[in-house]
Amino acid sequence: MAKIIIPSPLRKFTDNLTTVATSGNTVQEAILDLATQYQGLRKHILDTEQNIRSFIRIYVGEEDINALDKEQTAVAEDTVISIVPAIAGGAY
Amino acid sequence: MLDNKELARYARHISIPEFGREGQEKLKKAKVLVVGSGGLGSPLLLYLAAAGVGHLGIVDFDVVDDSNLQRQVLFTVKDVGASKAETAKERLLALNPYVNITVYNTPITSDNALDIIKDYDVVADGTDNFPTRYLVNDASVLAGKVNVYASIFRFEGQVSVFNYLHEDGTRGPNYRDMFPEPPPPGLVPNCAEGGVLGVLPGIIGSMQAAEVIKVITGVGDPLVGRMFLIDVASFTTRTLKVLKTDVEIKELIDYQQFCGIGVEEPVKEVTVEELESLKNNGADFQLIDVREPHEFEAANLDGLLIPLGEIAKHHDKVAKDKQVIIHCRSGKRSATAIRELQDLYGFDNLYNLKGGILAYGELVKK
Repeated sequence: MAKIIIPSPLRKFTDNLTTVATSGNTVQEAILDLATQYQGLRKHILDTEQNIRSFIRIYVGEEDINALDKEQTAVAEDTVISIVPAIAGGAY
Repeated sequence: MLDNKELARYARHISIPEFGREGQEKLKKAKVLVVGSGGLGSPLLLYLAAAGVGHLGIVDFDVVDDSNLQRQVLFTVKDVGASKAETAKERLLALNPYVNITVYNTPITSDNALDIIKDYDVVADGTDNFPTRYLVNDASVLAGKVNVYASIFRFEGQVSVFNYLHEDGTRGPNYRDMFPEPPPPGLVPNCAEGGVLGVLPGIIGSMQAAEVIKVITGVGDPLVGRMFLIDVASFTTRTLKVLKTDVEIKELIDYQQFCGIGVEEPVKEVTVEELESLKNNGADFQLIDVREPHEFEAANLDGLLIPLGEIAKHHDKVAKDKQVIIHCRSGKRSATAIRELQDLYGFDNLYNLKGGILAYGELVKK
């Protein structure tokens, strides 16, 4: 049950939960489980072919999954996955 | 060279062993361009000026609004309506007369960015939208400048140092290595919908100032190849690694188009004058307001409130058998709502109120 940290812009799709427990043995399975639990989130994190969208980064601990085994990176019960989106605020 | 008064003014810096007089001299010689003098720009400029950065450039074409004062600590009530960049200059010179300040009271664009940036050593990005963030990043990379980045949203902040020049001549990752593409318009809400905790830009802008000072003086270990994240609501912080990719920046582009802004299909519109005449003629139509409840409370046109984020969920409340006019503050969110309803539920009777409640306010004033 890896824990996924949900960033602010996506919390409207997770009933404002900041973390969601997911099942699965890889990052891909965990993200798919998240998208299944919260359908509204699906189109924002996955494209039509179920690939993770390019405007968000996925981290396991402090490592970008692209430096690990990408979507196939293994996750354990105590793994913390972060979804890191681009945010643009500052001047306002 | 620092004169005696400056040596006295900066004594607390000079007493730090690894900073010393040398660090202070480097600050005095440095030229830093701050893009945006709002939430992040306020603390950033105040601390950079106080610290003794010799030359500051301020890019901002906006004017001070009363609603800025919740977080933009450079400004006061008497500044409302005045140019942010000019007001900032006055305030900073009152704080530190040893600083030279150049004001660019103009939007930064693909046409002027390289010309503005070329005169500076470091760029600090405190802007509020994706097109400008990509523009500032790309221009910094093309001009070979370090881009000290910070961004905020609600309770969350991000900080990183992009395009850092290492001793071996290589460059650290830049914004496009982290985010090759912007999110589609509408996913990350704008200021009015999203909101920001007023103190957050104070925290994040101060961190950004610290990174600018570290880059200039060479003191410490700047946030290169790493991105700091904080959620002040839960007080969790993380520092994530930023990978360098093979993304290449060759030239400045049309950033509005790159970010998908203004390329959407047009939606049908009515003007505020047309809305007025429909009302006066007793026409049968439905008016929907897709702003947030707090905006509705402040002022409304007596429409049905369904915030943009909930419009799909409540599509059954949108009439199908008559004209439906949807509005927001300026017409942007309502256009998004219309596209969503058209795409998902096949509506063909939806009209956007051009200029939103702002335009209605102008009509009433007349």
